[in-house]
This record gives sequence, structure tokens and C-alpha cells, in this order.
Amino acid sequence: MDRLNVRRVLALIASLFAVQPAAAELTVSGFLQQNTAFNTGAANPDGRRYKWLEERAQLKLDATGGGWRGHFKADAYYDHLGRGLGSEVREAFLDYSAGAFDVRVGRQVITWGLGDLVFVNDVFPKDHEALFAGRPLEYLKRGVDAIKLGAYPDFASFELVLMPSFRESRIPDARRFHLFDPMPAVTNRVGDQPGQGEWGLRVYRDVAGYDAALYLYRGFQRTPSMRPDRLAAPTRITFYYPELSVYGASVSGRAGDGVLSFEAAYYESRQDRGGGDFSVPNSQTRLLAGYQLQPWEDFTLSLQYYAERMHDYAAYQAALPAGFPMEQRWSRTVTARATQFFRHQTLRVSVYASYNASNGDYFVNPELRYSFTDRVWGALGANAFGGKPWGQFGQLSGDDNFYLQLRYEF
Amino acid sequence: MRHWIALLAALLPLQVLALSGEEVMKKSQAAFLYAGKDFKARVLMKLINKDGQERLRELAMLRRNSGEAGGEQKFFMYFFQPADVKDMTFMTFKYPAKDDDRWLFVPALNMVKRIAAQDKRSSFVGSDFTYEDVSGRDLGDDSHVIEREDKVGARDCYVVKSTPKAGDADFGHKLTWVDKANFLPLKEEQYDRRGARYKLFTADEVADVKGFPTVTRRTMKNLQSGHRSEVTYVKSDYDLGIDDSLFTERFLRQPPRKWID
Repeated sequence: MDRLNVRRVLALIASLFAVQPAAAELTVSGFLQQNTAFNTGAANPDGRRYKWLEERAQLKLDATGGGWRGHFKADAYYDHLGRGLGSEVREAFLDYSAGAFDVRVGRQVITWGLGDLVFVNDVFPKDHEALFAGRPLEYLKRGVDAIKLGAYPDFASFELVLMPSFRESRIPDARRFHLFDPMPAVTNRVGDQPGQGEWGLRVYRDVAGYDAALYLYRGFQRTPSMRPDRLAAPTRITFYYPELSVYGASVSGRAGDGVLSFEAAYYESRQDRGGGDFSVPNSQTRLLAGYQLQPWEDFTLSLQYYAERMHDYAAYQAALPAGFPMEQRWSRTVTARATQFFRHQTLRVSVYASYNASNGDYFVNPELRYSFTDRVWGALGANAFGGKPWGQFGQLSGDDNFYLQLRYEF
Repeated sequence: MRHWIALLAALLPLQVLALSGEEVMKKSQAAFLYAGKDFKARVLMKLINKDGQERLRELAMLRRNSGEAGGEQKFFMYFFQPADVKDMTFMTFKYPAKDDDRWLFVPALNMVKRIAAQDKRSSFVGSDFTYEDVSGRDLGDDSHVIEREDKVGARDCYVVKSTPKAGDADFGHKLTWVDKANFLPLKEEQYDRRGARYKLFTADEVADVKGFPTVTRRTMKNLQSGHRSEVTYVKSDYDLGIDDSLFTERFLRQPPRKWID
């Protein structure tokens, strides 16, 4: 987060108080946190033994008055692994609500869809590095700078998100994680961010006791594709974000003793409708089915089946250059999460596991979390990865780690 | 004629006594869980272990009845404390004789998710109260018999024994001391399946709020572990005109400050 934006956000917050000086009610909260992740296998590509080693402080301000609400959440941190001192604005927005309409302007976290670490209609930016480096789960999501308009007539609810500038997902740092690179010899690499904005629309309502939603998104892939300047003896690689539209739907509700969820989306790869450009992801269908139940007190089990299907597989096969790993047409993944609470819900033991039956990729994340007091909690966990050297998790097989999170909240 | 009136007067106490256990519990449920058309309170919940260590849960609770006592209800809860669940909201649609629908809003991920609600005997936010203790147990799940009459302090009570009809319940039976005048439960003892008393509920303070007798302080104690939960309602109020549209995803994500002061 650069200084200019921080200043702009502070000016925004200051103007909020100028608007409602008498009525505004301000609450201040935040935390101090230590977060360490230690490699259990190999060292990082840069030779370090830690995936994460950081102290962090967060300040959260909330102000309300009349139909207005202002929310500001910013972090300052010190990273011991080379990034040093830094700060970031996590969220900074103004809400205004009147009757059946509301608007939220500013940096905000938006989550769509029903998946648990599986994303079908959640097209908003993530921080994959945070997930794999043992950081608290809230850091999985990155805020977007957006205007969100809500309309709530009786027949359905509408949420329109306008994002004037694109924000990418954060992928793991190649100095800390062992990432698959099909062209390691080419070191001249440049990034190319989309110059245009993006938008999304979610429409939702109750249908016979089920929560139903439709989603539309027009923007770009969140993770970059690589394009070499030429295929024979390339000298430069450009990382860019191909154009993407997503059309999706979801439904969830009670079924039997648990909650059943279905989600589907069509990913239209607008930059390569024929599927013949190997550097652009093929158009896809994504399908998700989930079931969550509580077989006994304080224990929850959730299971997911997730599938991706490439639409122009023959074109993909034909266009793939020699030396690039070939994906299967269908990618099928099953995940499970089990969570048990003990000691009046102050001790939580959980495990999340994901296995891709098509390429053998897996990711396992057990965690123990205890609230020592109402203000202090700590978590001890591990991340284990495996599979094919080019798979989403397989490439991280040298990055297994143990992590520790300790937080004091005020 | 005078004889008739005397006879009628003599019969009256018998008439009252003739209330069945079922009827007493029905009136008690109406007074305790369905008072008013809607209800709002700031709830302070202290979880105290046998060594006296305390944890505090603080939330705003809103309730709206969809119809008559014993019918459908909607609950909305917003958490102030502890810090790691601050801004979390929780919504329950409670149906008679059917599992609840429950939704949770997780502010850290800005995510609304529906959660499984099969186990009503689960602890509510780690306390000694179960979901059933908070929002009521289906009266049809138990058979109710007036065992005797008794006093709690100076108040005359019916003592009602409720025994689960199904054999798979996790408790054996419970005894409820229901105030004869206002039908609030003043004391409840829960017995395990071996007949040992293991949980004790007491209504520690009853106040009149807008004409509705309201239990404003209550304790649930686990007699086997020594752990107890003390609940205080502050700023209780009834019949505020809480609209049905409050109980939607929109407000789960952005709780209106008007209702959660």
C-alpha cells in the first residue's frame, strides 16, 4: 500500500467526521500479533528457514452517525525475512444506507459463493501466499477498491460492484516458495496490469427455503499468465491477466440433518475463445457440491466435491508447446474439514484436507487454536503439500511448514 | 343464587389446579420466550469455571414473533465481545417441530454462511446454556405432568416434570418451577438419564418491562463440572416495531446501528 493511498483514505475518514461531527460515534480496536512459520522440509529458494516471521499491529476504527458508517482497518508490520517495515490499508470504506438502497465506497473485502477454500463465484482477489505461509485465515482475502451498490426490493436483492482499477491475487513469492517454472532460463520478466476496470453483479433471494443466487463478473483472471516474446529461444516473459467473464449460480439449504450447497459457473476466457492460445487459460465450467453436518455437540464436518472442465481441450492440446505439462480435461477435487471445540469452545481442533483425484495434488492443514483469555489467543498448525511438480499444491511439496500465531486483541 | 356463587368460588381454585402440565408449560413458554410482538436486549453473559475464572460474551439480541406463541420466530444476534468475534452476526429462524435455519456472518472474510443446526442441545457460544435453553425446546418433544406445588422465595409455583417422549434424548427429565402468577420459569433442574441432577437454571431477577414480566438475570450451572453461566439482560424492550426485513442477509452483513445499541 503506497503512501499516497493511505493519505487519501485518511482524508476520506476525516471528511466523514466533518459531515457528522455531532452524531458520530467512534470505536477503536485492534491487535498485536506475532506470526512465525518454520520450514519442516527444505529451506526456501533464498536459503532461509522460515516461511514467515513477522510482528504486526492492526488498528480498526468504526464511526457511525445517522445512515452513515465509516470503517478503517490498517496494519503496520515488521517482516524479518527481507521485506522489513511496512504498512497496508486492509479496508477503508464509507457506508450509506437509505430505505431499500445502500452504497459502500472504498477499499472493501467482498466474498461471494459457498466454497471452503474452493472458489467458483468468488472472483475477488486472494492472497494465496498468506494461506500457504500459515497466516490467520482473514489474510486470505484482499480488499478491492470499489463502489458497491445494494438494492433490496421485495422480489430479490441486488449487489453491483464497480471496480475502477484491477487488483490481482497475490501469488507466493518465488524467494520463499518453490514454484514451478516452465522457462527458468528466461530471467527478463515484466508485469502487465490491465488498464481497465471490472464489475460484478450478484442477485439473490430465498426460493422455497433455499438461498439462491446468480452471479455475473466481467474482468480479468486474478492470477497472471506468462507470455514469452517468442517460443523458440525466448528472451523475455510478460506476466499479464487475461480477460475473463464469469456466469454463475449457487443454492444452499437444509437437507437431511445438514446443509447442502451447490455452485456452478462458466468461465469464459474472452481473450482466447477458441482455446488455441496456450498462454491463456481455456474456458472452463466449475462445479461444486458441498455438505455440512454436525453429528455431535461442538463437532462440524464439511465435505466438498469440486470439478473443473476445460472447454476447448483439443485446441489446448494442439497449442501446448513441448516441455509444458499437460493438464487433464477434467480436474476433480475432494475436500474435507473437521472441526471440534473443547473447553467451552475456547479450544478448537480442526483439519482441512484437499485431494485432487486427477493429478494427485494434496494440501493438508491441521490446526490447534486456544483462547487463553478473552483477549489473547494462539494457534499452532501445519501446512503439508504434495503431488505433481507442476500442480497447484504439488509444486509446493518442498514448502511444508509449521506455524504459530499469537494475538493480543484490544 | 348466592349458593351458586359460593359454589363457584369454591370451585375456582380447583379450576386453576386443573391446568394440565402441558397447559402450564405452554403458558410458560408464551411468557418466557414469546412475550410481546418483538424484543430487544443487550445480553451480557459471564462464563465462570469452578476456579472462578471468568470470560465475557456480550451481544445484542433481537427477536420477532411471526405469529402466536408457540409459532415461528426469528432471532438476530450481534456480538460485541470477545474481541475475536466482534462484529460477527448470527441469525436463526426457529420453527415449531422442525430444525432451525441458521446463518452466520464472518466479518474477517466478509462471508455469510448457512450452518448446520441439527443439534439443539449444543452449547450456545460455549456457555452452559444450549440453543434450546435460549430459544426454547419444542413442547411436543416431552410429556409434561404437574408433580406438585412449591414456593421459590415468596412465589407460588407449579412444579412440572417434563420427560422426553423419544428414548434418544441426552437427558432423563427436567423439573420446572413455574410461577403461578406470571408463568415465568423461576427454577429448572435437569436430570441425566441415570436420574442424577446435572444442570440447574435459576431466574435471579424478574423485572417488569413495558408490562411484560421479564427474567433479566439468570444462571445456568453445570452441577457436575462446577462451571456456570450468568446472563444479564440490559436495555430490554418490547414492541419496538422490528421489521421482518431486518432478518435478511443484507442486515446480517451490515447490522443497522439503530437496533444494536
